[in-house]
Amino acid sequence: MSRRIPKVAAFLVASALVIAAPAVRAQNLSVAVGGIITSMDPHYHNLGPNNNIAQYFFDRLVHFDNQQRPIPGLAESWRAINDTTWEFKLRKGVKFHDGSDFDAEDVIASFKRVPWVPNSPSSFTAMVRGIEVTVVDPHTLVFKTPAPRPLLPLDMAIVNIISRKSVEAPTADFNAGKAMNGTGPYRFKEFVPGDRVVMERNPNYWGEKSPWATVTTRIVNNPSARMAALLSGDVQVIDQVPTADIPRLKQNSNLRLESVTSNRLIYLHIDHARDVTPFAFDKTSGQPLAKNPLKDHRVREALSKAINRKAIADRIFDGQAIPAGGLLPDGFFGASPKLKPDTFDTNAAQRLLREAGFPKGFKLTIHGPNDRYPEDGKVLQAIGPMFTRAGVDTAVQPMPWATFVSQAGAPNYAFSVMLVGWGSDTGETSSPLRSLLATPNRELGFGASNRGRYSNPKVDEILGKALQTVDTGAREKLLFEASEIAVRDYGLIPLYYQVNLWAMRSNLTYKARTDEYTLAHFIKPR
Amino acid sequence: MTVFIIRRLMQSAFVLLIMSLLVFFGVYAIGDPVEIFIAADADQIERERAMQALGLDQPIWAQYGFFLLNAMRGDLGRSFVFNIPSIELILQRLPATLELAACAVTLSVLVGIPLGMYAGYRPQSRIAKAIMATSIAGFSLPTFWVGLMLILVFAVQLGWLPSTGRGQLGEFLGIHSSLFTLDGLAHLLLPAFNLALFNISLVIRLTRAGMRENMPMDYVKFARAKGLTQRRVVFVHVLKNIMIPVVTVIGLEIGQVIAFAVVTETIFAWPGMGKLIIDSINRLDRPVIVAYLLITVVMFIVINLVVDILYSILDPRVRLADAGH
Repeated sequence: MSRRIPKVAAFLVASALVIAAPAVRAQNLSVAVGGIITSMDPHYHNLGPNNNIAQYFFDRLVHFDNQQRPIPGLAESWRAINDTTWEFKLRKGVKFHDGSDFDAEDVIASFKRVPWVPNSPSSFTAMVRGIEVTVVDPHTLVFKTPAPRPLLPLDMAIVNIISRKSVEAPTADFNAGKAMNGTGPYRFKEFVPGDRVVMERNPNYWGEKSPWATVTTRIVNNPSARMAALLSGDVQVIDQVPTADIPRLKQNSNLRLESVTSNRLIYLHIDHARDVTPFAFDKTSGQPLAKNPLKDHRVREALSKAINRKAIADRIFDGQAIPAGGLLPDGFFGASPKLKPDTFDTNAAQRLLREAGFPKGFKLTIHGPNDRYPEDGKVLQAIGPMFTRAGVDTAVQPMPWATFVSQAGAPNYAFSVMLVGWGSDTGETSSPLRSLLATPNRELGFGASNRGRYSNPKVDEILGKALQTVDTGAREKLLFEASEIAVRDYGLIPLYYQVNLWAMRSNLTYKARTDEYTLAHFIKPR
Repeated sequence: MTVFIIRRLMQSAFVLLIMSLLVFFGVYAIGDPVEIFIAADADQIERERAMQALGLDQPIWAQYGFFLLNAMRGDLGRSFVFNIPSIELILQRLPATLELAACAVTLSVLVGIPLGMYAGYRPQSRIAKAIMATSIAGFSLPTFWVGLMLILVFAVQLGWLPSTGRGQLGEFLGIHSSLFTLDGLAHLLLPAFNLALFNISLVIRLTRAGMRENMPMDYVKFARAKGLTQRRVVFVHVLKNIMIPVVTVIGLEIGQVIAFAVVTETIFAWPGMGKLIIDSINRLDRPVIVAYLLITVVMFIVINLVVDILYSILDPRVRLADAGH
């Protein structure tokens, strides 16, 4: 039933052509977000919505700008002294909300608390693992790592810094507000789980001050309810705008859209590992094929060329998706400019299948979620007939994410071809290479989400080298090379990059962010 | 009566055990919760740590045994994603749902019974026909559609009422509720009406059927012959007789409305239990799912018990001891 709601929402918006625009009450801003915030504790659950809300109250040593480029945060500057030693210079004169001064001890306390947090379902431990911290003076820290770690500054952009007073505060103290003592642009007022987070401006913030005295973040995860809240003027900004409402929104002069190509790639993962794959069948007998056709480069190329990416972007997303040929959109660190989307060519796909020994094609079932990414089920259903047209008779099997994700990965690997998405938290290509395309390896932390079990020693080697190369230019070249090899080998088939969308009252602006975060201090009156 | 209640309670304990078993293994069969709430880029070491921290590395029967042991002591486990005891989490959300349900049921009684009585008393009148036609709409229109239309008309176009959320809470006798502030009531009105709509229709139809059935009966004629006023015949004698099915249904509906206000809560972003359970199911947050369903079962058991006791008050011929068989 929830599938039908967006259609109703479309009607709802269509009917609401004339809307009185209540003036934005000066100084107060209400925002409705789609992500479900589970906790105020910035170290408890490494999850988009939680990391988003934590940025109101806490700072990190390194911040990300709206394109996920690292900029100074609580650290004024940082540099690699040698391959395994980093020096961070801390900002002076920064005060916590309770008036106490920020210095190196607070960083130490935060690093200590991260691996300690009890019952964390997804922790930040990996970001501080193995770092040996030395305090040179209250505003200078030296980090030593056992091996070269070029991504250390990016890890520092994810770990929030708390006050040393909260080092042993349990998660409940943060939820209740007792331990909500950060250095961030807002002070905590109230958290009502499942409903709202209320905050007020921190007048002593070290950075640019927010234009809003109070901000209320409402948690409204149903897209049509979020739309309704915006249309009725209950909130002034919403994120994750439902695709169906885009055309009407564009016509409504009281509202405007802000968008940016996101760091999230939607792609097809392909079974590279098994000799017999469970969902590729012979066309006549219906039996699983004796040889996994997906192991043949030509078959993978044929599938990629059978997909009309532009049609998906235009028809399903009303243009709010970008056809993808690589792992991250152009402009991101390590995104090779040489990787362009495959051109849609059914004839070439048929020819490749013939060459691969499937003149009559074969039968395939493709799987994917229908409630995880915008329009994911529709995209899957569009790809089915595209494959069929090229000669691979394709059945489509969308399912809820909860069922899909635990079947798709280790140890079940239940599917042959599956639609998944990957958002790059670090804003560079080592993230997808490492998790999706490197050979699974516990010690290196490689391939943890490699559901196709693509394995290419060359990719592993170059990526391994890149992850040890502190020099930025050299590292980017290695990342180019690794992504080019893996993508041209169709380790996965890129489909499109999502576009992050915000809708707001026409008197507001927002610098749209690639990391999907909604941050009220960057929402400005026009 | 005591024997009846004791037997009921023992049956209930058994139902609870079966329920917990089904839900526990059912959720386990769907899949691995860690896959859902772990950060996508977590490495293998971090995944193992999360499994251990949440006790998911144990075999399923060990997890269930551990759960039962703790349940005996009243501890139904902590939510995987909120790190709050699941009972506490549900009780946090309970007031929001209860006030919504209470308003919805009150509305359905206050609106449903008078309209139903009128429709049964003067079945041929135009008003009665209009009431019955409207009640068909109330039955058949899907809740989510009506909800969206209510928002569209009253929040978006007329701008009289807020579209979503719970609004300002007031305090009265130590209870926090949106019933005690104007802003809270404004937020409550649309979702309560949306939730009540089905029940109003149900009560109208039940009451009308009861009226139609009872009015020609001998006791009514006898009461009239005795010289009682029409008012007394209808509002005392007939009303008492038609209340039995209505009480049963309202009792069951209270349970329904509390436990399954999911759609209304989702559309109006009402921070109640229904929204919590849906979110928890999507996240495979097993402790919350199990605790929620157990609480729901307990609630139904209690409501049924109360309904049975109410029966014996409304109709002295009903003996509770017999109802247990």
